[in-house]
Amino acid sequence: MFDTQPSREEILALITPLKDQPGPLLVMLHAIQTQAGYVPASVIPVLADELNLSRAEVQGVVSFYHHFRDRPPARVRIEVCRAESCQALHGDRLAAHVEQRTQLRFGESSADGSVSLHPVYCLGLCSASPALMIDGAVHARVTPERFDELLAQAEAKP
Amino acid sequence: MSAVSVYVPRDASAVALDADGVAAEIGRQARERGVAVRIVRNGSRGLSWLEPLVEVASPEGRVAYGPVGTADVANLFEAGFLAGAPHRLSLGPIDQHPYLKSQQRVTFARVGVIDPVSVAEYVAYDGFQGLREALQTSPVDIVRVVTESGLRGRGGAAFPTGIKWKTVLEQAAPQKYIACNADEGDSGTFADRMLMEGDPFQLIEGMTIAGLAVGATQGYIYLRVEYPHAHRVLGEALAAARRTGFLGQNIMGSGAHFDIDVRLGAGAYICGEETSMLESLEGRRGEVRVRPPLPAIKGLFGMPTVVNNVITLASVPAILHKGAEAYRQLGSGKSRGTLPIQLAGNLKHAGLVERAFGLTLRELLYDYGGGSASGRPLRAVQIGGPLGAYVPASQFDTVVDYETLSGIGALLGHGGIVAFDDTVDMARMARYAMAFCAHESCGKCTPCRIGSTRGVEVIDRIVAGTDREQNLALLNDLCETMVHGSLCGLGGMTPFPVQSALKYFPEDFLPQSPVASR
Ligand SMILES: Cc1cc2nc3c(=O)[nH]c(=O)nc-3n(C[C@H](O)[C@H](O)[C@H](O)COP(=O)(O)O)c2cc1C
Ligand code: SF4
Ligand code: FES
Repeated sequence: MFDTQPSREEILALITPLKDQPGPLLVMLHAIQTQAGYVPASVIPVLADELNLSRAEVQGVVSFYHHFRDRPPARVRIEVCRAESCQALHGDRLAAHVEQRTQLRFGESSADGSVSLHPVYCLGLCSASPALMIDGAVHARVTPERFDELLAQAEAKP
Repeated sequence: MSAVSVYVPRDASAVALDADGVAAEIGRQARERGVAVRIVRNGSRGLSWLEPLVEVASPEGRVAYGPVGTADVANLFEAGFLAGAPHRLSLGPIDQHPYLKSQQRVTFARVGVIDPVSVAEYVAYDGFQGLREALQTSPVDIVRVVTESGLRGRGGAAFPTGIKWKTVLEQAAPQKYIACNADEGDSGTFADRMLMEGDPFQLIEGMTIAGLAVGATQGYIYLRVEYPHAHRVLGEALAAARRTGFLGQNIMGSGAHFDIDVRLGAGAYICGEETSMLESLEGRRGEVRVRPPLPAIKGLFGMPTVVNNVITLASVPAILHKGAEAYRQLGSGKSRGTLPIQLAGNLKHAGLVERAFGLTLRELLYDYGGGSASGRPLRAVQIGGPLGAYVPASQFDTVVDYETLSGIGALLGHGGIVAFDDTVDMARMARYAMAFCAHESCGKCTPCRIGSTRGVEVIDRIVAGTDREQNLALLNDLCETMVHGSLCGLGGMTPFPVQSALKYFPEDFLPQSPVASR
């Protein structure tokens, strides 16, 4: 991860090897977010220059996709499935529990940057609903009690 | 003594239930006890309520135990599970399990059986036979076989695959593409994921055959970013296929060339719509394109492109290998072949059921699904994802095929069925459908972008009892406008779940709803 806003050189080192791919912008954004944890504002002009696009066009692509974020992720990132199959097995109750437990609403991050809570719409785990992800790891058939354990484990990680 | 093979799925649904922990624990205890085991990370058999489902290769075949937790592992060793001995978690020979035994697994024949990234195992189980056949067949004849098989797109629109391929074959162009739609955004569906995680070579083989058929040398798999496990398996499988000469230059020594790249989506449901997917593959906002031109004529980077769903492409190798007639013989009416049905939501035995078309909803929900997980009566199902209609229990005798479902105003889509018990609040589900549309709209058409947000507000007013009659009429108008004024299915089909909920469950839209959960 970058400690600060990455420099032009750091960005170029990441994206130059991808320049030969056709239509590479999304591929580059993924590479940047994987490396940095987010898409820092400083990459927009560099990408625009490199790909002969306007800054507005690059910004427009970044903002279109829910996956790309413009600030560093929280230390513990919780994504709860809110789609139909999980609703059918009382995902709403689980979601309410998660909100109450984290003191966050969906879409919010805690002020100290320790936890963030996001909705997702299906993780493909619908045969074992309700499902959620914590820091990218998937969990199925999650009960409120199980959630508390998982959260405690995630928070305890260095 | 040679090592005993123990199978622990790497499928995301098993991993989400701690299969990695179980696999690690089996390895650890085997070392401690000084016994040799070979742990194979297979795909899932699709009996989700039994995951993590552990299998042991015994002289009598594969014997299963499940659901296995890390705490059960020591006990399994002590009971002698490596010799297939009985245990509290015994499921017996997995092939004989009633859930599997009655299935007709064609596309999922190898899923859960083999090591998904072993070329040798794939080949030992009939792998690359379809490709071998295709390499000795002219493009026109490959397309003819696929057409004659009756295969229709499994992504949702059910368009005949052979006809699409024929259009691409007939275009003269310097480059053509095969674009595999692995966006699988529909809630209640997971067949693409299971297939990619459990038998990725079959998808690679299907795409390669498509390339040979239409004259394309480059394929892309557009994979949703929510599927990191599938991403890893595909990466391993593509590398293995290239290493062994089944992909890349000079495929199987034939001189033919075809290669595949995986491209990740970025959390936009609309990118499953094929033209939006093409925009996204080109690195742009996933805004839906106006048709014509069809992607088959002017698709990726302006070139003729086959866009097919994962299951569609993965169905092709068996068709080439066993012949069009073998596939065509299965099915009902104009729905030919088999369908991997995904049972989801409030069911005791949710999972994957591949059968020839022709089962009723009731057979699927009760004979396979075992009824509700909660023990309460089932009240409704939603078929075909978030844009699919709700079907009430009174229609559970409907046959699940394309034509029969459309006859009752429903649609099959990608084959996902989400079951709800009698605590479901259908007004809330209708509201969710509108809210989902608002959240995922690409923004190009007003009825979809604005209408969906208005739809949420109007449903809220109906449920609150505010100017009820007027707002019901307004909701109806809004739905009509969305159906007729939208460029694609997101805006155009969101009214289906809304209107079916209203039609079959009007009582839920009353201020004093009888629904238990309110
Ligand atoms: C809003 C919307 C979302 C869609 N999502 C998917 C999807 O996730 N996967 C898919 O294969 N098809 C999806 N489709 C259907 C595709 O547009 C297209 O018909 C399909 O990929 C063609 O492949 P097939 O003929 O093999 O089904 C979607 C369509 C719409 C309108
Ligand atoms: S219907 Fe909605 S998602 Fe489809 S093109 Fe129009 S605005 Fe975009
Ligand atoms: S609906 Fe929640 S995982 Fe699919």
